[in-house]
Amino acid sequence: MDTTLHLLSLAVETIFIRNILLAYFLGMCSFLAISRKVETSMGLGFAVMFVNGITVPLNWLIEEYLLKPGALQWSGIAGLGNVDLTFLNFIVFIATIAAMVQLVEMVLDKVSPTLYQSLGIFLPLIAVNCAILGSSLFMVEREFDFMESAVFGVSAGAGFFLAIVTLATIRYKLKYSNVPSGLRGLGIAMLITGLISMAYMSFSGINL
Amino acid sequence: MAARKNIKTLTEPVGISNPITRQVLGICSALAVTVKLDTALVMSGALIFVLVGSNGLVSAFRNLIPSRVRIIVMLTIIATLVIFIDQVLKAFLFDISKQLSVFVGLIITNCIVLGRAEAFALKNGVLPSMLDGLGNGLGYGMILVLVATFRELLGSGSLLGIPVVPEMLYTENGGWYMNNGLMLLAPGAFFVLGFLIWAQRAMTNYTEE
Repeated sequence: MDTTLHLLSLAVETIFIRNILLAYFLGMCSFLAISRKVETSMGLGFAVMFVNGITVPLNWLIEEYLLKPGALQWSGIAGLGNVDLTFLNFIVFIATIAAMVQLVEMVLDKVSPTLYQSLGIFLPLIAVNCAILGSSLFMVEREFDFMESAVFGVSAGAGFFLAIVTLATIRYKLKYSNVPSGLRGLGIAMLITGLISMAYMSFSGINL
Repeated sequence: MAARKNIKTLTEPVGISNPITRQVLGICSALAVTVKLDTALVMSGALIFVLVGSNGLVSAFRNLIPSRVRIIVMLTIIATLVIFIDQVLKAFLFDISKQLSVFVGLIITNCIVLGRAEAFALKNGVLPSMLDGLGNGLGYGMILVLVATFRELLGSGSLLGIPVVPEMLYTENGGWYMNNGLMLLAPGAFFVLGFLIWAQRAMTNYTEE
């Protein structure tokens, strides 16, 4: 029971308080580029949640059993026991993410063509989304265990989804307002994101 | 002629077609590392190194890279350079590298680096590509330093860690001045960058849509 509550608390914290986009600014590029339309932003949001939920626990396994100092002990080969490969984690993580995205794309294409239709175009974009690599790096920095990293991955994606859909909806309404010419597009989107981020700050302090 | 073109390649991204305010690339780190000026400077240096190096290398290998797997090849080149700079920072500037935390690693997925490799280095020679990298790196650095200057000055009343607002002005010493705590938080970054984009676009007379 205790662990369930702990995981739930982690999820709430990751979605609302330490939102990957509004508090850590990860995934801003696609956030600003895709948020012109509500449907596409929902597609991207789902794709991020999906891929993040897979890659973060996967990278946890890689970090734990391949890269950490002493992680190679299970191989039983003398001399490998205290090898520290942590400096390789950037390149290994990004390769895992790129490979996973490719794999997910192929599996979806075979298994669920409708889902592939709606997520398909976003999957290649996701390989270079900072939110995905960022979540994996945060997972290492905050020293999560396997379950925690799985929950963290999904809820970081959920936070991204929530933020991008909010912005897309506001930008949709914004089409009818008269914005000063230099502020149109990126400028006003930045200011609105600032306001959303301020709103999310009111969640801080929530503790389950 | 060639020399003039090279100068243009170098100077244009600093001002008119700035990667952050105009091309909307690389915003993530522009916001995250700008609470203090020194982290912003170190981050800009790291990005300029990676950008010049990756543009140069990608351009040098451009005829050998098969176009179908180019993304992963470019990511490998970039990731190698980022690992190098990360190790250097850990060795010589440990405190700042702790503060930058994951954001040095995130240079790999910084859209500026991949974007310039894809848009410029794959089609141009080594020297212009490196100049393009330098120009875009400087343009990025300029925005980063500007945002960080505002945020540190207004948020902590100091620059590079040195207090610039006189002590006697603060309310606790009987003055009237208070630091604006909002600047240190995430929304402050969004607001400062939003207004900077407005200013840059108003000056260059650019309107979206």
